[in-house]
Amino acid sequence: MSWIEVGELAEIPRLGARVVRTAGGNIAVFRTATDAVFALDDKCPHKGGPLSQGIVFENRVACPLHNWVIDLQEGCAVGPDTGCTRKHEVKVEAGKVFLLPSTAA
Amino acid sequence: MREKLVLIGNGMAGVRTLEELLKLAPDAYDITVFGSEPYGNYNRILLSPVLAGEKTIDDIMLNDDAWYSSNGITLHKGKKVTKIDRRKRIVTTEDGTDASYDRLLLATGSNPFVIPVPGNNLPGVITFRDIYDVDRMLEASQNYKHAVVIGGGLLGLEAANGLKLRGMNVTVVHLMDTLMERQLDPVAGAMLKKSLEDRGLHFLMAHSTEAIVGDEHVKGVRFKGGLEIAADLVVMAVGIRPNTDLAKSAGLHCERGIVVNDTMQTYDPRIYSVGECVQHRGIAYGLVAPLFEQAKVCANHLAQLGYSRYEGSLTSTKLKVTGIDLFSAGDFIGDDSTEDIVLKDAARGVYKKIVLKDNKIHGAVMYGDTVDGAWYFQLMRDEIDVSDLRENLMFGQHHLGDSGHGQTNRVAAMEDSAEVCGCNGICKGDIVKAIIGKKLFTLEEVRAHTKASSSCGSCTGLVEQLLAHTLGGDYSQTPKKKSMCGCTEFTHDEVREGIRVNRLKTMQTARDFFQWKNPDGCQSCRPALNYYLLSTWPSEYVDDAQSRFINERAHANIQKDGTYSVIPRIWGGETNPAELRAIADVAEKYEVPTVKITGGQRIDLLGVKKEDLPKMWADLSRAGFVSGHAYGKALRTVKTCVGKTWCRFGTQDSTTLGIKLEKLTWGSWTPHKFKMAASGCPRNCAEATIKDFGVVCVDSGYELHVGGNGGVKVRATDLLCKVETEEEVLEYCAAFMQLYREEGRYLERTAPYLERVGLSYVKQKIVEDPSGRKILAERFYESQKYAQVDPWKQHAEAEDQGEFVPLSKIG
Repeated sequence: MSWIEVGELAEIPRLGARVVRTAGGNIAVFRTATDAVFALDDKCPHKGGPLSQGIVFENRVACPLHNWVIDLQEGCAVGPDTGCTRKHEVKVEAGKVFLLPSTAA
Repeated sequence: MREKLVLIGNGMAGVRTLEELLKLAPDAYDITVFGSEPYGNYNRILLSPVLAGEKTIDDIMLNDDAWYSSNGITLHKGKKVTKIDRRKRIVTTEDGTDASYDRLLLATGSNPFVIPVPGNNLPGVITFRDIYDVDRMLEASQNYKHAVVIGGGLLGLEAANGLKLRGMNVTVVHLMDTLMERQLDPVAGAMLKKSLEDRGLHFLMAHSTEAIVGDEHVKGVRFKGGLEIAADLVVMAVGIRPNTDLAKSAGLHCERGIVVNDTMQTYDPRIYSVGECVQHRGIAYGLVAPLFEQAKVCANHLAQLGYSRYEGSLTSTKLKVTGIDLFSAGDFIGDDSTEDIVLKDAARGVYKKIVLKDNKIHGAVMYGDTVDGAWYFQLMRDEIDVSDLRENLMFGQHHLGDSGHGQTNRVAAMEDSAEVCGCNGICKGDIVKAIIGKKLFTLEEVRAHTKASSSCGSCTGLVEQLLAHTLGGDYSQTPKKKSMCGCTEFTHDEVREGIRVNRLKTMQTARDFFQWKNPDGCQSCRPALNYYLLSTWPSEYVDDAQSRFINERAHANIQKDGTYSVIPRIWGGETNPAELRAIADVAEKYEVPTVKITGGQRIDLLGVKKEDLPKMWADLSRAGFVSGHAYGKALRTVKTCVGKTWCRFGTQDSTTLGIKLEKLTWGSWTPHKFKMAASGCPRNCAEATIKDFGVVCVDSGYELHVGGNGGVKVRATDLLCKVETEEEVLEYCAAFMQLYREEGRYLERTAPYLERVGLSYVKQKIVEDPSGRKILAERFYESQKYAQVDPWKQHAEAEDQGEFVPLSKIG
């Protein structure tokens, strides 16, 4: 896979997320208060809740279903909960967001 | 170069301070610890169960050697510091080991008091303080027969019980004529004595020790008046004294303990102190909960954050003797200015006494049934006016309306397989295992590790009891002042008041003003702040969508598979064929898999894809529907019965009244969900007496009920008053909602709000003060001007569908 342009940074709200639909399932693209951007499978490691719908703070998101907190950088639950969701490479260039979907299982 | 921190005293308070410090500033110091005992840090309060054979030393170790090394801490075990040179900032041990410091933490704990009588240094005379003492008691129990415990307080009785279980013949000697007289009144003390006697302990009350008798080894104890009894082992458990020797020798100001200020700093600014050796505002504490609070504050200042203060603790007591339940807190004796409520049932072995002063709980002592101890303690700490609870106070919290959880309360008797947390399926055994295995001390820790009590919260009381039961009582209870979340030290009330008084009108200014620790806040405080700003500045505040929980942001309820449910508003639950047809059309058009009638008399369309929501709303909007707000901390529904229009029993037109109420209040945001109902007669088919605001029509007018809810903890309403006209119903409703909107804490429903402020207070505001009521109602009407905009229509008409559609589709 190569980098794919998925939209403008401005289309993702600060402290929020948008969904990119792929053949392999939804990917959530998050934007923090400092405009850092992260991408994870839109599936909480707990019960598959859509992380894109959660409240974002610092480099974290709280899953809307059962309030697990997932670290955006690695996609892993913050202790004492355990479990990770798949992460994807994402970058911003000239205000545009590029995604490199991970193909690893 | 990093600064050097030296801790003297490798016990619970000192090491807890290090743990808190490492959380806040892991790399701030090079840390060195001196401990006089040859062990790591262990849980001293669990020595009694070790003595009794219920736990092992391994069970009670808190930090092993690996913990120190993995945190880069130098530990000197078995080394006693004998000198502090404050000028050179060096501490030195008996054997000449020294360490220099930039900051020093003294946690030298306390020493058991040895009564000054002849023979008190004979072999066989010991105290009860550490693992060494326990080992000697265990040794004695294998070789000797007669044990005498001097001191009928908490520690003495625990020692006596343990020795008895180890097979010794035990006599407890007490100077006073009531056991544990600092924690129990004479009635409870006598009941305790009786049950300990039933277990085979002997007591000598009101006896003063004159001498310990023996030559090579203790042989007996002699009392004033001449009585002498045989003893092979004498345990002195008459109290503890803060260990201030080292501090005094270093010239630090000490009274009973080492004197510290609210930041746990001693008179030498480089030296801090925590634990049993400390005297804070004149009080030296000997229980774990206050010491942990001190540790937290001290760590904050060692990490140079500087915003935390220790303001003293209220403490409660439980005895760690299996099978004996007693609890006391505060002043339970009382005086001329107090009143008592007493319940005594000798056959059941139950005694409870609550001391009230100015309608607040001043103290409580309980024996046999201590289930509500935590509740009384909380009412006491929060200084709640209990006049409205008074008639049921003695019977406990579940008598205020608990849907069955209250009866399963006796945690000690519960099977390990009994489910405690019904939401997450957590059993008693899981929780106890986590408390012991993961060394948990607080409710928050149990929630994080087991999930118990972290969902609906109805089992919180049970989990707290399990903590108390497992740890033996003085576990860390929720601090008196409960901060909004980990982002701030301020409480909900302080933040809201600050927003109003200082005219803070955006999220950012509010978080800056209160110096939020995390710049973004967190998932817990952001929705609360958003609500406080919105309810305080209805015309000015710009709602922050990213601080709304998804249901309120998407104006629909998220389901477990990530789809949403849509509930259109049906005023008062009365509909017609055209509306039903429109809903049916929408359901078919968007292939809604499930259509369901809700408990609040509305129609729920379940399983809707997020991107279909705006289109569906557009269709519903064209048919005249607005959002039902079934997803929000907001006015939900007004449930009605058919009233006098059809019903042969109806006294008023409850359906029309319900529609009027719903038209008045829809769209308003509240601290938690807000439900209403209007019943046409006292048969109450609309179930108005379990609603936040309920109207029961009677022939002569309308009864207004407040503060009820169904759900986890059923609570029937309290009758607020009776009024004569519909106009009055509407005005009282608006005023009550506004009062709750302005004073309820975020996620606090009207039931706990009402119990917190008291029905009398609400009556005073709404019923007895007509002009105040009108002002409240006016503020509600004003706020509604900005709130009654249909969010569905807004979103459906918006050009940018924003988060409702994918950013893009690839692959």
